[in-house]
Amino acid sequence: MQLNFPEILKNDLVSKFGTQQFNFLTTPVGDHVIESPAVATHALLQYLKEYANFDFLMDVCGADYPTRIKRFDVVYHLFSSQDNSRVRIKAQLSENEAIATVTDIWQGADWFEREAFDMFGLIFKGHPNLRKILTHHQFVGHPLRKDYEADAQQSCDSVLPIHFDNTPEQRGDLLDNRFVPLNVGPSHPAMHGTLRVMAELDGETVVRASCEIGFLHRCFEKMAETHPYNQVIPYTDRLNYCSAPMNNVGYCKTVERLLDVTIPARAQAMRVVLCELSRVIDHVVSIGTGGVDLGALTAFFHLFTYREKVYSLFEKLCGARLTVSMTRVGGMAQDAPEGWFNSVLDFCDEMSDGIDEISKMLLGNKIFIKRTQGVCPVSKADAVAWGYTGPLLRASGMGLDLRKANPYYGYENYDFDIPTGLNGDIYDRYCVRIEEMRQSLRIIRQACKNMPGGDYTIRDKSIVLPEKKDVYGNIEGLMNHFMLVIKGLRPPVGEVYDATEAANGELGFYLVSDGSANPYRLKVRPPCFAIYQSFPTVVKGSMLADAIATVASMNVIAGELDR
Amino acid sequence: MLDSKNLDDMSRSFALTTKLGAIVAWGQRNALWPLPYGTACCGIELMSVMGPKYDLARFGAEVVRFSPRQADLLLVAGTITEKMAPILVRIYEQMLEPKFVLSMGACASSGGFYRAYHVLQGCDRVIPVDVYVPGCPPTPEAVLDGVMTLQKMIKDRVPRPWKENWKSPYLESNPTSQLGNR
Repeated sequence: MQLNFPEILKNDLVSKFGTQQFNFLTTPVGDHVIESPAVATHALLQYLKEYANFDFLMDVCGADYPTRIKRFDVVYHLFSSQDNSRVRIKAQLSENEAIATVTDIWQGADWFEREAFDMFGLIFKGHPNLRKILTHHQFVGHPLRKDYEADAQQSCDSVLPIHFDNTPEQRGDLLDNRFVPLNVGPSHPAMHGTLRVMAELDGETVVRASCEIGFLHRCFEKMAETHPYNQVIPYTDRLNYCSAPMNNVGYCKTVERLLDVTIPARAQAMRVVLCELSRVIDHVVSIGTGGVDLGALTAFFHLFTYREKVYSLFEKLCGARLTVSMTRVGGMAQDAPEGWFNSVLDFCDEMSDGIDEISKMLLGNKIFIKRTQGVCPVSKADAVAWGYTGPLLRASGMGLDLRKANPYYGYENYDFDIPTGLNGDIYDRYCVRIEEMRQSLRIIRQACKNMPGGDYTIRDKSIVLPEKKDVYGNIEGLMNHFMLVIKGLRPPVGEVYDATEAANGELGFYLVSDGSANPYRLKVRPPCFAIYQSFPTVVKGSMLADAIATVASMNVIAGELDR
Repeated sequence: MLDSKNLDDMSRSFALTTKLGAIVAWGQRNALWPLPYGTACCGIELMSVMGPKYDLARFGAEVVRFSPRQADLLLVAGTITEKMAPILVRIYEQMLEPKFVLSMGACASSGGFYRAYHVLQGCDRVIPVDVYVPGCPPTPEAVLDGVMTLQKMIKDRVPRPWKENWKSPYLESNPTSQLGNR
């Protein structure tokens, strides 16, 4: 961990912009931060991208501090794939003040800025479509502002008509009468759950498309602000509900980083096993439903047999099937039962046969190949500009995986490969997913065979509740339990950004603590949010049926998309 | 020509007598065509219900229809947000009679632990619900139990005043709409 701001970058910026503008600092846990005045952020971000190799804009978000003169923070998180370093840029903004958009630097800033506008009312000057994105169109106010009550519901009685993004040539709500407007979803035979896609068709060709999201906006971030740290864990389960344990791990890892604690080796290895099992079943859903969207129903039924087996493993471990909430800040909720790791190893053997069958069934299937190969490819450069991470980025040919790039929980000690694709088309995405399942099984086998002994959680009494037998059995346990429940887990004042490699890509949490028992601000960087925003561009000019196949291959999970 | 004795013998060998309502209910309850309105985590568990292990087909409800006009059981599986509510009502209105609603999970039934600014506190605020299945998400066994409860309701022809008195909450003339004063 580097506890000083990198000198080279600092000197670079000082020589280019002068000494006055920026404030360079490194937080106690090692996050590098540049505080910049709002007017200078655009130039700074452009410089960082072009000359300092920060090629990824991972996240843009707001934060509200009503007692300050300039009440809002605009926070950018950059990542460099060259040396895997990160930097956070913060600018202060008062109400009604505008900040320049960065959509001209990174296309992928589009939806992130719209979200900050929707949630906080931040104005991004020059953004082509600064409209609401998550809340409904009749919603008044900005819900993540501190003066908005968490349970102040506003009803909605209509649905927006078909609309598109504005372009320099065309206003988005004006439909072209040469083309057929088509609305797909939500609740449509061809569309997943809560997604809505609107398109203008010329025959079967998509002339332009647009997505409306927010139909599952369950206010995760506001809920996190109104619940104690450990009670946020069940909410994280329901972000990407296809691989719930990974969200638990991502969140707990962030809080642990802010607390500056290291969890025991056994807890780390257990988290690795949980994460990799989740990655396998997440890809199972993605591949299975992707097949269904192309008309291959068999793969779904076949793959769900394996998903059920993992559910049984989770049930054995903690009693829940889908939303396990198995992690706690500081470790795991409980140890694995006797023989559990052997059952996991048995599952690995069954699953690897299953993967071979599926790969023959789909990847070798003539219809599947014709429907997916060369369809809607995304180049490496585009993928980076949109902020793609995870299997989709790797399908486009970039071998970035946080398990290798910023290893955590001992991933550097496991032997596994990072599969990459060539073209970034739909076929490559499924190839990458299937190969990743094999690699995950490799990791699980290694982790289970070398499972370290020892405790499954740290025993710091200001962080972890004592065991029930101590609470009921001795006065010290009772007292510690009482103190922690009444006082709450209180991380030090500060902020942290931490990311893990989830099934869909980089799952980041930006956490601000004011020293109280609830998070002051918790921003999730959901991987499929960045990916799905590219959908209208990616499917432009393709056939409608290919657009459906593209949505499926992007594995958009509404829970983490809308939060 | 059949005389009355022959007719009597015949009826004993292959005919049965029943009430019309009972036989219609028998058909209805054993051939429910569900529309899976899966919006969130419960939708994933609903996949398990349909999947090979739990297999809803054993209860005669495997013909999943994504078109409301072909379905008679609306499975609301997952959180309904304020933004989604008008769409849910529209889907419900498009379904043909007889129609039933099963609310799966805490969110659909009451908003669950999302007491939040954008979440409808139960889909029964906008559509009439016949069976509530608790759980977050409910286990597939619980959903099967919910379906069986509904089948029993159909069999016993339980009166459903919540359904009979339902009016779209978006009608200006609906005095019982809860949307105004939420």
